[in-house]
Amino acid sequence: MHHTGIEPPTGVWWKPAHKAEKVWVSIAFAWCMVLFAMMPLWHLRGGQNPSGIRARVEPADFDARVNQFIAEYQATDANGQPLVENGIPVVAPPPGSDIYMIGRMWAWSPVLQLEKNAEYVLHLSSFDVNHGFNLYPFNVNFQVVPGYDYGLRVRPTEAGDFRIICNEFCGVGHHLMIGRVTVEDTGLPDPSAEGGAE
Amino acid sequence: MSADGGTVARFAHRICPTTGLKVHDQADRLIKAHAVVATVSLLVGGIAAILVLLTRWQAVHLLDAVWFYRILTVHGMNMLIFFIIFFEMAVLIFAGPVLLNCRLPAVKTAWAAFGLMVVGMLLVQWMMWTGQADVLFTSYVPLRAEPPFYLGVILFAVGALITTAIFMATLVIAKKEKTYEGSVPLVTYGGVTAAIIAVITLAHGAAIYIPTFLWSIGVMNVDPQIYRLVWWGLGHSSQQINVAAMVAIWYLLGGLTVGAVVLNEKVSRMAFVLYILFISMASAHHLLVDPGFGPAWKVWNTSYFMYMAVLASMVHGFTVPAGMEMGLRLRGFTQGLFGWLRKAPWGDPGFSSLVFSVTVFGFVGGITGVTFGTEQINIIAHNTLRIPGHFHATVVSGTAMAFMGVTYYVIPLIFRKRIAFYSLAKIQPYLFAGGMLVFSMAMTFAGTFGVPRRHWDITFQGAGYGVEFSPAVDLLMGITAVGGLVAAIGGGLYILITVVSVFFGKPLPEGREAEFADSIPPGLLTRPWTEIPKDAAEPEGPWKIGPVPGTMVLVAVFLIAFITYYFANWKLLSFAWQVG
Repeated sequence: MHHTGIEPPTGVWWKPAHKAEKVWVSIAFAWCMVLFAMMPLWHLRGGQNPSGIRARVEPADFDARVNQFIAEYQATDANGQPLVENGIPVVAPPPGSDIYMIGRMWAWSPVLQLEKNAEYVLHLSSFDVNHGFNLYPFNVNFQVVPGYDYGLRVRPTEAGDFRIICNEFCGVGHHLMIGRVTVEDTGLPDPSAEGGAE
Repeated sequence: MSADGGTVARFAHRICPTTGLKVHDQADRLIKAHAVVATVSLLVGGIAAILVLLTRWQAVHLLDAVWFYRILTVHGMNMLIFFIIFFEMAVLIFAGPVLLNCRLPAVKTAWAAFGLMVVGMLLVQWMMWTGQADVLFTSYVPLRAEPPFYLGVILFAVGALITTAIFMATLVIAKKEKTYEGSVPLVTYGGVTAAIIAVITLAHGAAIYIPTFLWSIGVMNVDPQIYRLVWWGLGHSSQQINVAAMVAIWYLLGGLTVGAVVLNEKVSRMAFVLYILFISMASAHHLLVDPGFGPAWKVWNTSYFMYMAVLASMVHGFTVPAGMEMGLRLRGFTQGLFGWLRKAPWGDPGFSSLVFSVTVFGFVGGITGVTFGTEQINIIAHNTLRIPGHFHATVVSGTAMAFMGVTYYVIPLIFRKRIAFYSLAKIQPYLFAGGMLVFSMAMTFAGTFGVPRRHWDITFQGAGYGVEFSPAVDLLMGITAVGGLVAAIGGGLYILITVVSVFFGKPLPEGREAEFADSIPPGLLTRPWTEIPKDAAEPEGPWKIGPVPGTMVLVAVFLIAFITYYFANWKLLSFAWQVG
């Protein structure tokens, strides 16, 4: 008995589905399983995954750690003076190290000088409100939350001069919050060329 | 068994001559009140939309930074909270008392709940417009608004919760008083789904806004990450109320405009149950690149338990057009694959709204939503313009378009008024949906270049370092603006038509619909839902691919688009730096 969705169905309406419906639901279900399988698969095989390295941290403690990191690896200019750009220290950490960046209204600190194909654990956190880390032009985005240290294993795959755009609203100076990362090709080999990233 | 006749008789039931539905005066008045406030919110939110649009279009860059974020807050709250939820409360009152021929219980409480919602809304508006709540729609702690802002949201949510409870009570009363036979209609079932999700959502709202209110007056602490987790239990789940209400309206409009049949009650109802079970997990969509949660939690939750809620939407996306095709074929439109679609009433604003709502919601909103909600792909989507591109296709082109379409039927049915400027009403869905389609697609593409959402100045004037987006971004932002302005004209027409019809419109005398064919949608004249041959055999489509061959072709096209976009995004992701 045909009826529309505005009328109460009468009698027993728990009937077998049409064949066309069965076909479509089966296809849709199979596709949902593909969608689901892709995520664990990319964790195993893919090179871009949100990592699980994370910890709670007091903003002041994280700030202290950033300052320690700056003191340890700050780059120097031709005269041997500590390098500073736009009032922000420039840091050149060695490959394989833990590196730090803190967001605060309305700057990212420090400026990072990295090496192509080297791996780092980049620790992100905020001193005040939520900020958003957007690595331009790669469009790599992570949320930066005060009270949490997010550790990302990163491996720059291209040399160049890159920007960090803040993409989480953080007050009226939000649009001024631009940071900088430079990557130099120092001839480190590309590990993915010999059979995939770790 | 039935309640005492005296009680029932006190309520002025009347029979709507067109649909044969009993319409309740008390319910009518409440529907009107909610619809009016919803429309006012839509107007405020729409004006804010134009201001935001003209600021993000860098060639115009209308507002200063302070007012941009203020007006963006106004836009978000008015559209996503006030317009949508007031409208949904009206839908619930329609799906309960009206569709079930039932009296409305607790009339005074229902009005008190409406009053609470209005007071809550006014508090929030006051805070926003006076610059005491420049925190955007999400109000992420520790950005702080003044306490009345949070209090206003709490009052609004409590009011909505009470109205939802009254809707639930209506179901019990209708069952007890036997106002209908058999099961509730599918449309009401969808309304129940929306109501249950509303309870889940509003509970999250209380769980986050009460502590945040206490935080704002300095008596407790709120962790920023836990705020994001629980807040999105409100923020995303409320969009799922929209989805459920919108799908219910799809079935409603299908029935009213072309006599769409329900292919199989079991399948459609099970799809609604999947929404209830799994949809609130979607809070995780916003936390995929957050520090607070591990990969396993993210994968499991963002997939709504292995994409079971996506499956539900794909089922409705099939059964709605299939029901339309079957209904039309049963009524004799059997020619070829798409004869039914060609002969459909494209000039009926209810029908065109339905088609645009289903299509844009599915093809643009659905595909982008699932893709961006993939844990890793979110890395190249989070907080870029891809996100508002996605949700304007779902909430605006999907939900708001469906709500607009149903209004063209509600005005003559409930308000007993003819539609003012009916010739404009016919083109309104085309302007609105067309504009929004261009808008959301251009915005999504701009986001692919990394353009941030919620941003006053993407030329970054005055920043320490320059950022130079691709010239394509300028073009895309210009296209976004043009699409948005066309949609705004469509939205403005809708407000004009509904306000003039309801307050200054000419009455539609009962039983005289035929005389006013030029000012009411054709479905009300031809009443296609009465013309279905109830016991006819199912039509044979061409090429032996079942009774709904046209729909089979349409969903195949959809699936191909889905697969293509999904894997294109994995490819795009693989070009990024290695992270993990």
